[in-house]
Amino acid sequence: MMRSESGTRSLQRRQFLVRLAKAAGTILAAGGITLFFHDREGPRPGRQKQSDLRLPDFSVQPAGPRMAVARGADRSVTLRRAIKAVGGIERFVKPGDRVLLKVNAAFASPPLLSATTHPDVVSELSQLCLKAGAEAVWVSDNPINDPQSCFALTGIAQAARSSGAKVMVPQAHHFQTYTLPNGRLIKNWPLLYAPLKRIDKVIGVAPVKDHHRSGASMVMKNWYGLLGGRRNIFHQDIHNIIKELAMMVRPTLVVLDGTRTMMTNGPTGGALSDLKSTDTMIVGTDQVAVDAYGATLLGKTAGELTFIAKAEAEGLGTSDWRSLNPPMI
Amino acid sequence: MKAINARRISQVFFLTLFLWFCAVSVMGTRWWELRGWPVNWFLELDPLIGIATLLSTGKVYAGLAWGLVTLTLTVVLGRVFCGWICPFGALHQFIGYLSRRKARLSEKLWDNLYRPAQNIKYYILIYLLTLAVAALAVRLFTLPRSSPLISGVAAIGVLLVLAVTRTGTASPRTWATGIIVAGFLWVLVSFVFRTDGSPAASLQIGLLDPIALMHRSINLIVLPLLDATHLNLSAARRLYEGSWLIGAVFVAALLLNLFIPRFYCRFICPLGALLGVFSRHALWRIGKRSTDCPDCELCQKNCEGACSPTDDIRLAECVMCLNCIDDCRHGLMTYRRQPSATGEIVSPDLTRRGLVTTLISGAVTVPVLGIGAATGTNWNPKLVRPPGSLDEAEFLSRCIKCGQCMRICPTNVLHPAGLEGGLEGLWTPKLNFRIGTSGCQHTCIACGNICPTAAIRPMTLDERTGRNQYTAAGPIKIGTAFVDRGRCLPWAMGRPCIVCQENCPVSPKAITTREVFEPVGDAKRLPVKFAGPAYVEFETDLLAPDRFATGDYYCRTNGDTGLKKFKIVRNSARFVEIDPSRPFDPTPPPGSRVDILIRLQQPYVNPGRCIGCGICEHECPVLGLRAIRVTADNESRNREHSLLLQR
Repeated sequence: MMRSESGTRSLQRRQFLVRLAKAAGTILAAGGITLFFHDREGPRPGRQKQSDLRLPDFSVQPAGPRMAVARGADRSVTLRRAIKAVGGIERFVKPGDRVLLKVNAAFASPPLLSATTHPDVVSELSQLCLKAGAEAVWVSDNPINDPQSCFALTGIAQAARSSGAKVMVPQAHHFQTYTLPNGRLIKNWPLLYAPLKRIDKVIGVAPVKDHHRSGASMVMKNWYGLLGGRRNIFHQDIHNIIKELAMMVRPTLVVLDGTRTMMTNGPTGGALSDLKSTDTMIVGTDQVAVDAYGATLLGKTAGELTFIAKAEAEGLGTSDWRSLNPPMI
Repeated sequence: MKAINARRISQVFFLTLFLWFCAVSVMGTRWWELRGWPVNWFLELDPLIGIATLLSTGKVYAGLAWGLVTLTLTVVLGRVFCGWICPFGALHQFIGYLSRRKARLSEKLWDNLYRPAQNIKYYILIYLLTLAVAALAVRLFTLPRSSPLISGVAAIGVLLVLAVTRTGTASPRTWATGIIVAGFLWVLVSFVFRTDGSPAASLQIGLLDPIALMHRSINLIVLPLLDATHLNLSAARRLYEGSWLIGAVFVAALLLNLFIPRFYCRFICPLGALLGVFSRHALWRIGKRSTDCPDCELCQKNCEGACSPTDDIRLAECVMCLNCIDDCRHGLMTYRRQPSATGEIVSPDLTRRGLVTTLISGAVTVPVLGIGAATGTNWNPKLVRPPGSLDEAEFLSRCIKCGQCMRICPTNVLHPAGLEGGLEGLWTPKLNFRIGTSGCQHTCIACGNICPTAAIRPMTLDERTGRNQYTAAGPIKIGTAFVDRGRCLPWAMGRPCIVCQENCPVSPKAITTREVFEPVGDAKRLPVKFAGPAYVEFETDLLAPDRFATGDYYCRTNGDTGLKKFKIVRNSARFVEIDPSRPFDPTPPPGSRVDILIRLQQPYVNPGRCIGCGICEHECPVLGLRAIRVTADNESRNREHSLLLQR
């Protein structure tokens, strides 16, 4: 009897010691976790991490005329001629290059309405680049309307794919925070970076359009489609944002399609009566000069468009396109 | 002294202390008003709040470290917090006692019978913690993609640990296969999960946490009821929007005691469940001294936890009321280091099926709430958060709905939200500019400094008002005022007002006015009979005497299209006198026409200066739907909500 009781007691002692160890372990673990994760101050207002993302200069050394203008109603023909006049696509696209065509796919409207880059231009340009030995041609834009519908209804997706180019329809993870060096507006702003990543050459491709806020939407305004986030607040300072966009992208080439110019009701258009046949294709390496020429198709002068003067003052090009002696074909 | 008397004294003491802390959370100069009283102490002692916010934010904020004290107490002594400290528990116990004073023994035994449904509280706890851990879980799931190195090291670590400690019957091949399959699934899952959607973090522990519930109920129901008396416990008499639901939950929780005593503690309380889990290794425990028990069941008569002390005692249910020790006539019940002689059950009876169901429900809830996009693109501009509030997703991962901010707010502008911020935002603070003594005072930082979880950050006055080191950042904005021109007196009704502009506390003012002169509808083109340099007599005699003598009315002589106006100082039915120091020039000839104009100042809001304090909305004389109203547009806490381009 005595023995068994003392046996129970020692068993109980052992049980107690095990419990003691577990209890001590629990308390120590809880204490350690509390100490490690303790936060006396509370969350501080988020100091924004400065983005160190940089965009390379995509331009090539000028060797021929910096701008050419081709006349005609057939976009494929005028585009080929104009590119030939600035030195041929081989001057800009080297074998193995990866090329991005930054199109204007802003609206889900058919090509007939000229609110977006024409599919003929996309397919001709893609084929030219691929023929010049480009490893890949990507087509992208961050449209205003539903992205899938935009690429489908504008005919851009179909044109790109059938000519061997690839389309990147933007998704949330395609954007990265970007700050423009010496910029005042583009600071820690989401940039459609995925299509620009591992790209060697960038070609901006835009139609000539009326634009109610800025006066005209052409190649410089077309870079707006690289911005994400709540970019519409930049309309509070439209000319400076267009200037900063032109500072942000140093393109290899820009193509301004003035075959059918949107004279009124821009930048959406919506009726054939908004359009006028101007039968012009402008290609160049000087985006300021190209836009300055495009202004004339809208019946405007470069001087009327504040963003052109601002871009020129920034040293991005010349508004005096005549000084470039562009070949007129 | 008997131990249960010590417990009673302790309960009364802590309940009184709790009520005292609620009552003194008042901005004021009377001795008892907020003077560094540790008014959040009970919330901080509550380890559930500490653990849940640790899971949802990865941090233990300031005073929440106090939860460690409660945990330690529980690990050493059992659930003494429930039986001796918890003010909500004391309330339940008291009501249960009152309702059963004359109950027969058999009734009491039935009341305090252990019921398997008591396990529900563990499921509630697991469900609420699963909600809290959602964001962390997504990060964990996506670890192989976001940081392959860390996940690789972690996987190898687990492998090594398992290799060293491998026990049981599984062969090395079995567990190696298991690990490889698990790792493969982990990598697979990491590529399936998207992290760029609406942030998935929601802390809902405050809905049922007893201390948060008690604070909310006392702050928003009981004290406002007392405000209707002459006790003057609040800065001003308190009103709270949508308080009925909070009151209904509180009253229901209390009334359930009539059905089964300590109903809330036994079946619902997630804190009790948490402490129950931590009490399993308690060094001292309730139990029987020996098996030599006549089974009189008296120990169950007043058992608060319904932990079946008669049979195998369920330690996780025991709230340490010690009534069993007091009631046992045989000296059998005791509190000692050894387990009960008749056996004990340390763990709750959770079924695997119940656990899996709860975990899946919890894991699904947050993403389902996220589909409503209340924290994303569908944010509600009518939900104006207090100054210093974190961005909505972060805010919801911290706010425990305790109502401390609503209690301390000196102007009573803070209110419990209904469903404005989605279901996940229920009872979180929002501003209601129609109730209270004024809008949000722009030199007040009370809410951020009382918030126990920093859902509203503690700010300095400099930060709130954008002074000194915060000059560049500017003041904290909680929204922007918008003028409703269809309801504003000077805009729509031809009446002078600008109360909003006068009350705008920002310097320089965020509301500016533009002066316009509008012809008075029934006093246009009055025919002149005769006029002198400072008076004019009309052919008609229809003017109400001195109606135009308020200083706001002017004359415009015929043909003078708004360039010269002459201020009216007096009028009778037929005569109008103007300020003689600025006489007519020229005097209107007989037969010409004169218009009477009213001078109006129409308010405009400068969104660059407006901080959204809503004092304008509070003061607006258009009482129904105010003619100037604040929405959360341009609030500082979310850059995506900004209205203005920052240059």
